[in-house]
Amino acid sequence: MMTDEVVGCGRVTGTVGDDAPSDAHAPAIVGEMPQEVHVTATVGQKAPDFTAPAYHKGSFNPVSLSDYAGSWVLLCFYPGDFTFV
Amino acid sequence: MSAVADKYSELQDLGVEVISVSVDSHFVHKMWNDHELSKMVDGGVPFAMASDQAGNIGRAYGVWDEAQGIELRGRFIIDPDGVIQGMEVLTPPVGRRLSETIRQIQAFQLVRESGGNEATPAGWQPGDLTLKPGPDLVGKVWEVWNPSMEQ
Repeated sequence: MMTDEVVGCGRVTGTVGDDAPSDAHAPAIVGEMPQEVHVTATVGQKAPDFTAPAYHKGSFNPVSLSDYAGSWVLLCFYPGDFTFV
Repeated sequence: MSAVADKYSELQDLGVEVISVSVDSHFVHKMWNDHELSKMVDGGVPFAMASDQAGNIGRAYGVWDEAQGIELRGRFIIDPDGVIQGMEVLTPPVGRRLSETIRQIQAFQLVRESGGNEATPAGWQPGDLTLKPGPDLVGKVWEVWNPSMEQ
């Protein structure tokens, strides 16, 4: 069974691939631009791995794309909670 | 996202896991689930709702909108090897049609199970004829398939 992550006051955010800090759940400063902005998502290519804080069935636990290695994954971005579509 | 949550059991039957991502915090995800989505879908959202407040994941997937500070409506089908098989990106006002996503997943699964020996023609639905690309099919697709067969 999952154990809840300690919920701190830092504004944690998602990190991609090797950018993930050694403590993947350490707070990062929101609004900070990464050194390089490059899009790597392309059909036929490996999906960029990431780790992000998440809400999942009553718990706060980080999720990584690699958690689901070996399964099909549907990854859905959307503009915002409480928006209308 | 309630549309995806509503079809979650169908997706699970196909062996598909779901992750949703937006720039809202995971705390806001909880509030949205508890106060709205759980009223649209029994039991609420059954999959992980990820938070990407700095847009790092959105940038990597090409869905980050710098001007608005949001992530566009991007949908990615990723296979068990972690390879992106399908992607679709919409501007915010238009919603996705999940049945089309499910159809594409079924098609990609068929192609994968055939070891790449079969392909699905336009509009293919499970049970429909598939194409077997090879020397015998060159110039002969018209003999086995035409657009009127698309459902």
